[in-house]
Amino acid sequence: MIKFDQVTKVYGDKVKAVDNVSFDVPEGNIVVFLGPSGCGKTTTLRMVNRLETITDGKIFVNGTDVNSLNEIELRRKIGYVIQHNGLFPNMTIEDNVMAVPNLIGWDRKKKADRYKYLMDLVGLNPDEYRKRYPHELSGGQQQRVGIARAMAADPPVMLMDEPFGALDPVIRTRIQNEFLQIQQEVKKTILFVSHDIDEAIKMGDAIAIFQNGKLMQYDSPSELLAHPKNEFVREFVGKDRALKSLSLHTVEDLISERMLRKLDGNENSNKKTISVETNLRDALSILLNQEADQLVVQANNKLVGAMKIDDVEAYLHQHIK
Amino acid sequence: MNDLLNYMLENQTSIWTYSVEHLQLVGLAVFIAIAIGLPLGIYLTTNEELAETVLQVANIIMTIPSIALFGIMIPILSVINQGIGFVPAVIALILYSQLPIIRNTYVAINNVDPNIRDAAIGLGMNTMQRLLRVEIPNALPIIMAGVRQAVVMNIGIGAIAAFIGAGGLGVLINQGISRSNTTMVLAGAIAISLLAIVTDGLLGLLQKRMTPKGFQQ
Repeated sequence: MIKFDQVTKVYGDKVKAVDNVSFDVPEGNIVVFLGPSGCGKTTTLRMVNRLETITDGKIFVNGTDVNSLNEIELRRKIGYVIQHNGLFPNMTIEDNVMAVPNLIGWDRKKKADRYKYLMDLVGLNPDEYRKRYPHELSGGQQQRVGIARAMAADPPVMLMDEPFGALDPVIRTRIQNEFLQIQQEVKKTILFVSHDIDEAIKMGDAIAIFQNGKLMQYDSPSELLAHPKNEFVREFVGKDRALKSLSLHTVEDLISERMLRKLDGNENSNKKTISVETNLRDALSILLNQEADQLVVQANNKLVGAMKIDDVEAYLHQHIK
Repeated sequence: MNDLLNYMLENQTSIWTYSVEHLQLVGLAVFIAIAIGLPLGIYLTTNEELAETVLQVANIIMTIPSIALFGIMIPILSVINQGIGFVPAVIALILYSQLPIIRNTYVAINNVDPNIRDAAIGLGMNTMQRLLRVEIPNALPIIMAGVRQAVVMNIGIGAIAAFIGAGGLGVLINQGISRSNTTMVLAGAIAISLLAIVTDGLLGLLQKRMTPKGFQQ
């Protein structure tokens, strides 16, 4: 859906902000651009809708070279969300959300329907917020409006530049979860800039990790954690990469590689039943919290076996190098 | 004090006529000044170097004493037979209005939150749409403050325009001085002050109305 082909961005004469970056983003995926500040992730993002010019190489969206399109038309077809939401303070929430449909001249009925759909999607009451202004909303609500505005004209591609970066941790986690649910429904192709490895693991189908303008590694979160390609990636993902990867694997993954223990008949042992869809992080937490010594795994309402801390450990050893 | 009140009551018709003249002079000048200064101020936000120069020039114009400016214009405008009177007065007031209008427009547009500008561009607004839908509405309170400043200042300077025969409330002061009639001078001065205060108040209301609702906390 989006293809970066040897993309380079040079500022002035020699500062290479982005250096010969190539990768493909499949349709419907969220790809997180990750790296320290100044690594070129935001510049890479902003070249897609040509807020930055491309010095060398090509970017294709849906097979079309972005440089061959009119930049105004291009931007109207790509959703754009930024950290400090950038809502227009002089416009009501409805006018903000409908900014792009107003530019391209949708009729009243179409706009009204779309507004209602989008506000419901992001979990805000359409009528309650219609005539209100951005400053009357909390940071989290403003960011939801920002997301609704970006999706207004139903663009297949969305660019999100640290969209949740300015929110406090509790609200951020909630909006991340909500956004993943929204994505289940809308299936956009999303480029998402973040400097937070945890956010990247949570949100990304794939992660592109940058350093000094170079693409260091482009892989799924579990691959990135399991097999960091070099010292920089290893350091950036953190020493706890084995722990971080836990949430990416489910009990089902574990079963596919290891035989579970037989259920022992001992009624006294402390057991707890979990489903195969439980991720290993939650499973391990139950064991570490001493809520149970043993987890009984249930699939399709049948008990398929039991697991202990040792099993998780052995599984991780196989996966994380 | 009584003299003054009596004088103003007796001459209320002419004071009224002079006030209207005064407002016409200032109104026309500020109207033209906005037509020049607003686009210029907006344009300057795209050209930093020129902005520096233009604001300097406007600053310098501001420092020329008004009576001297009228003097300079007499020989120049005599070429088209308008050496004294309404035309040079309007031109002088336009020149004096440029600084507050250009400067406030320039500063206000420059100070629009860069995130808002970035969002406007990123959503696909062209330059005109961005200006009209986002930047000018958000800059309007500060631009209006500049216009208010220009108007009030011009009402004051407009008094001096009477010396070159442009009419207005300055006539009372001018004639009062030549006739050594303090009451008349005072009447003119008070009328000008009242005019400035009332106009400023009205423009204040207008400014409030023009401020986007989203700014009113």
